Amino acid sequence: MTRPRLVTGARLHYDKVRSEHVLLVPEGIVRLNPSAVAVLELCDGERELDEIVSDLSERYPGADVSADVRGLVDAMSEKGLVVDAG
Amino acid sequence: MPADALPRPLTLIAELSYRCPLRCPYCSNPVAIGAPAYRDELDTADWTRVFGEAARLGVLQLALTGGEPMLRRDLPQLCAAARDAGLYASLITAGTLFDEERANELRGAGLDHVQISIQSADPDDNDRIAGNRSFHKKIAAARLATRLGFPLTINCVLHRHNLDRVEQVLELALALGAQRLELANTQYYGWAVVNQAALMPTRDQLERAEQAVIRFREQVGPRLEILWVLPDYYENLPKPCMGGWGQTAIVIAPNGDALPCQAASTIGDLPLDNVTAHPLEWIWSESEAFRRFRGTDWMREPCASCPLDRQHEDFGGCRCQALRLTGDAAATDPVCRFSPDHDRLLRARDAAAAEDVSGPPPGTDEFVYRSMRTPAAPVH
Repeated sequence: MTRPRLVTGARLHYDKVRSEHVLLVPEGIVRLNPSAVAVLELCDGERELDEIVSDLSERYPGADVSADVRGLVDAMSEKGLVVDAG
Repeated sequence: MPADALPRPLTLIAELSYRCPLRCPYCSNPVAIGAPAYRDELDTADWTRVFGEAARLGVLQLALTGGEPMLRRDLPQLCAAARDAGLYASLITAGTLFDEERANELRGAGLDHVQISIQSADPDDNDRIAGNRSFHKKIAAARLATRLGFPLTINCVLHRHNLDRVEQVLELALALGAQRLELANTQYYGWAVVNQAALMPTRDQLERAEQAVIRFREQVGPRLEILWVLPDYYENLPKPCMGGWGQTAIVIAPNGDALPCQAASTIGDLPLDNVTAHPLEWIWSESEAFRRFRGTDWMREPCASCPLDRQHEDFGGCRCQALRLTGDAAATDPVCRFSPDHDRLLRARDAAAAEDVSGPPPGTDEFVYRSMRTPAAPVH
C-alpha cells in the first residue's frame, strides 16, 4: 500500500441523528470510531502511508500510531473500502 | 438499549414509478401494477419533502428504484434533493435509458452510485428473459457509468434459466469494472409467484453456482464484492426479511403509500398510510402497517418460545411468505424447520428437483411476462 484512498463512491459522513461518524458506500454503512475517521480523512490518494503516519504522530504526540494506522488501512483494504492510488 | 425500543430506519427505498420498458417475469413489483391505485405518482415536491423527513428520521441510504426510475423526467432534481438531505443516493436501473447526456446530468446533481441489472451474460438469453432487446444498451450503460466515475453494481436475478451460466456473469461484472455484483436468487414475490414453476432451480444448479462463486471470490479478492443470496426455499431457518419488519427500511410506492417491504401490499388487510397524508416520522412510529409485526410481541408459537432463541435475529422471517404459504401473515415463516407448515416448502423444492433441467431452455411461452394487465391469480 503506497498511497491509500477511499474506494470509488465511498464518502465520510457525520450521522447527526445517531451522533457518530460513518463511511457511506454503495448500499452499505460502516460505523467509524473517531481515530478511524482521523486516518481515513488523510487517505486522499495523494499522501503516502508514511506521511499519514507522521501527520498523525505529530497530532497525537507520545502515542505510537504507526501500528494502529497500518492495521486500520490493511483491514479496510481487505474489505475493499480502501484502495491503493499507486 | 432494550431490544424492542423503537428502531431508527437506515434505508429508504423510493419506488419512483412502476412503468418499465422491461418485462422480467420475476419482477418484485405488485402484479396489480396496472391498477388505478398505482397510476398516480408523487410529484417532485412530495419526494423532496419525504427525503428530508427520512434523513431527520435517521435514514442514510436512498435507493431510487421502480419500475424504471429513469422514466422520471425529474430524476436530476430528485438526486439533488437527496444530496441536499445528506442521503447516499443509488440509482437502481435496467440501464436502457442511461445515455451520456442524462448520466452526466445525474452525476452533476450528486447521484452517488449506479446499479444496473442484467438478466444473463448471454445477449439472446438476456433479451429473452427481459422480454425486451436490451443487452447491448445495458453493457453500454455500465461502461458509461464507470467512465463517468460512478461506482458500479451489477445485479443479476438468478433462476433455473441462467444459474448454469453464472461464471459468465462473474466474468462480465469483472470485465465491466463493477465494484459489486449482486447475485440474487429469485425470491417468490410479485411476478415471480406467477412464474414460480418456470423459475425454481434445482438443488444441483444452486450448489454448482455457489461453488463457482466461492472459486471466483478467491481468485479475484476484494476488488469485486460478490453478494450471493440463497433462495429461501433451500434454507431451513428464515432470514430477517428487510432486516426485520419496521426495523431498518421504508419502502414508498410510486403513489406515496409507505410499506415495510416491497411485497407488503399482498397482505390485503394491512392498512397503508400515504406520505401525502402523514409525516414519515408518524408513519414509522405510529402507523398500523409498521407496528403490526414490529419487534416480537406479535409472535405466536413456535416463534414465541423459539428453541434457538432467534426472535431478535430473524424477527420471525417473512410475513408475506407466511401469508402466501399458510394463508396467515402472522404465522411462522414456513422456511423455518420448526414451522408446522415447513412441509409445504419441502414439496415445492422436491417438485423442482424432480424436473430435468439438462434439456434445451424452454421457449418464451413458458413465462408470463410482467405487464400492466393483471394475470389470473396464480395457483399455489
